[in-house]
Amino acid sequence: MAAISPDNRGLRLFVRYLVLVLVALIFVLPLLFMVMSSLKPDQQLLADTSSFRAFLPVGDVGLTNYVEAFERAPVRLFVFNSVLVTGVTVALSLAVCSLAAFSFVFLQWRGRELVLSIILATLIVPFETIAIPLLLIVSKLPWIGLDGIEWTWLNTYRVQIIPWIADGLTVFLFVQYFKDLPGELVEASRVEGASWFQIYWRVILPLSGPVVATAAILKFLVMYNQYLWPLIVVQQEQYRPVMVGLQYFFQLNVAWGEVMAYLTLITLPVLAFYLVLQRAFIASIASTGVKG
Amino acid sequence: MNRLTAGALVAYAATAGAAMAQTEVTMWYHGAGNEVESNILNGIVEDFNAAQSDWTVVVESFPQQSYNDSVVAAALAGNLPCILDVDGPIMPNWAWSGYMQPLNIDESLIEDFLPGTLGMWDGELYSVGLWDAAVALYARESTLEELDLRRPTLEEPWTGEEFMAALEAAKASGNYDYALDLGMNDQGEWYPYAFLPFLWSHGGSLVDRESYTTAEGALNGEAGLEFGEWWASLFEEGYAPGTSEDPADQQTGFIDGSFAFQWNGNWRAVATMEEVDDVIFLPAPDFGAGNYIGGGSWQFGISESCPTPEGANAFIEHALQDEYLAAFSDGIGLIPSTPSAAQMTENYAEGGPLAVFFDLSDEQAQLRPVTPGYVVQSKVFTKALADIANGADPADTLDAAVDEIDSDIEANQGYGHE
Repeated sequence: MAAISPDNRGLRLFVRYLVLVLVALIFVLPLLFMVMSSLKPDQQLLADTSSFRAFLPVGDVGLTNYVEAFERAPVRLFVFNSVLVTGVTVALSLAVCSLAAFSFVFLQWRGRELVLSIILATLIVPFETIAIPLLLIVSKLPWIGLDGIEWTWLNTYRVQIIPWIADGLTVFLFVQYFKDLPGELVEASRVEGASWFQIYWRVILPLSGPVVATAAILKFLVMYNQYLWPLIVVQQEQYRPVMVGLQYFFQLNVAWGEVMAYLTLITLPVLAFYLVLQRAFIASIASTGVKG
Repeated sequence: MNRLTAGALVAYAATAGAAMAQTEVTMWYHGAGNEVESNILNGIVEDFNAAQSDWTVVVESFPQQSYNDSVVAAALAGNLPCILDVDGPIMPNWAWSGYMQPLNIDESLIEDFLPGTLGMWDGELYSVGLWDAAVALYARESTLEELDLRRPTLEEPWTGEEFMAALEAAKASGNYDYALDLGMNDQGEWYPYAFLPFLWSHGGSLVDRESYTTAEGALNGEAGLEFGEWWASLFEEGYAPGTSEDPADQQTGFIDGSFAFQWNGNWRAVATMEEVDDVIFLPAPDFGAGNYIGGGSWQFGISESCPTPEGANAFIEHALQDEYLAAFSDGIGLIPSTPSAAQMTENYAEGGPLAVFFDLSDEQAQLRPVTPGYVVQSKVFTKALADIANGADPADTLDAAVDEIDSDIEANQGYGHE
């Protein structure tokens, strides 16, 4: 048997790729199981779970489960709601949190360390502990809209967006990244007469692609997977997101094929978003040491 | 203005006036995702809205799995609808919490209703159901013949010894992976609904049903301990698969012959009959203190904050008609609440394939503990049974469960029980 040595490059590569493939399989197989199961009738799906056939498009495959999933629940509406809420929240969150981080890193003002510490301390508070107080607040919160004053935020998009815009993790990511940028850039810009907002917009943000991508992906996942909050603040189908919609498929007799079809459909936006930003995301992990 | 136009305007004004006079009554229902159930309910609502001019019921459907959480959150936010759909054993908690008010309906309409369909709390009717559910021991006629077993009846069910002998015979035959499937993978309300009857049949109870202020002696007394040891033996002796049972096996194991018997609900009966020609539905065994199954399913009630209880009561009275009970039964397979409605159904009419379930529900059903504390007690019971199935000591586990239940009752000042 050949020993693994620096000279034996071929064998080392083989072992490396073998390990990588095995690790990749751990992540890919559940997705493969989901997609393949979505194509099979329930009886075959359940029978296949005990063998490798579960990962293969074999037997009686078709798109019936997808047709039935669309009949059982307003899938398009749920995906639209989730994409809308997630997209708006991510955009606003990036703007608000990066501005806050800019202020903490580059502006000199009394108490900024304390305020930053308080914001970071919120990272250790689980959302579940504040869900009920927050519910009580938003249920009585006024809102001035096109239809005049409303006296509750329940059953709206805004109640799913606004409480999630600012968060400690996103601020932390931006603060860490901004701290590593050369301070001379800001000093030079100030000497040139740039305003603080111009420095933020024209100097700092253009250099922040990796952290923007990282923060966007992490925020996207948090928002797209929202369950508890929309469950308690939305009582109308027209505002429900995908994760609450998943419950439509769990009846006394669970139609597993339809569940898998629905899961496949709602996974697509997440995959698409990640694929678009993956290069910047990986660059950010490499440069900032962020573990996603 | 010509005569035709004037006539049309008068007709429009009359129609619009009638429509505007109708007061909106909001209703929440747990059937989102169940097209058949939703269609039947929407039909009832349309009939009601068209049949009178005072009220318009507007339905918002929720997925069943998250329905209770949505209601509790809405109650906190002061956002409950008028008509609520409530699961029978949960109702006392919602009534005690002030979410619901008693019904004010014509009592003659519910004279013939199955006892499990009437939600009573503190001496008053808070909810009424259009159907009930039942559990039975699924078996094959051919299995009974093969194992030379007597066919039990409602009048003469299997005794505990006969039941265990049947399991032993099935195990000894070597023809089955397991003698009995209990559906152990579903650790939700299924555990108390399906397994409390075994505890009752041993003479025990989840909580003292006289006072509802303690579980001491009820769950961990002599009968409770006997039940706990019997329960443990089902898994120690290999009669039944444990908590790690594959959901796929649970769904297909009886049908493909891997299990000799299955303890299952009537909602699986039609699907099983389609696959198993000689399936029979047997009553629960009697371990000495009677044979029972659980009763109480989804019911209609009215929220405390409902500004129009007259409209809500009128709708519920309207929904109690036999034709609707029968429609729900035919649509979703559950047991209609009255004998007359049962006769209108395909499955529960006399001689029908599921008629036995109506009798089971009528004669064997016992309500789960009628107390606001049930929402906690049911979860404690579920955990205790899962722990025992996984090898925990029955006596210690039941003692710990009693402590937890009693602490909760004490923390809630007895839940209103004296």
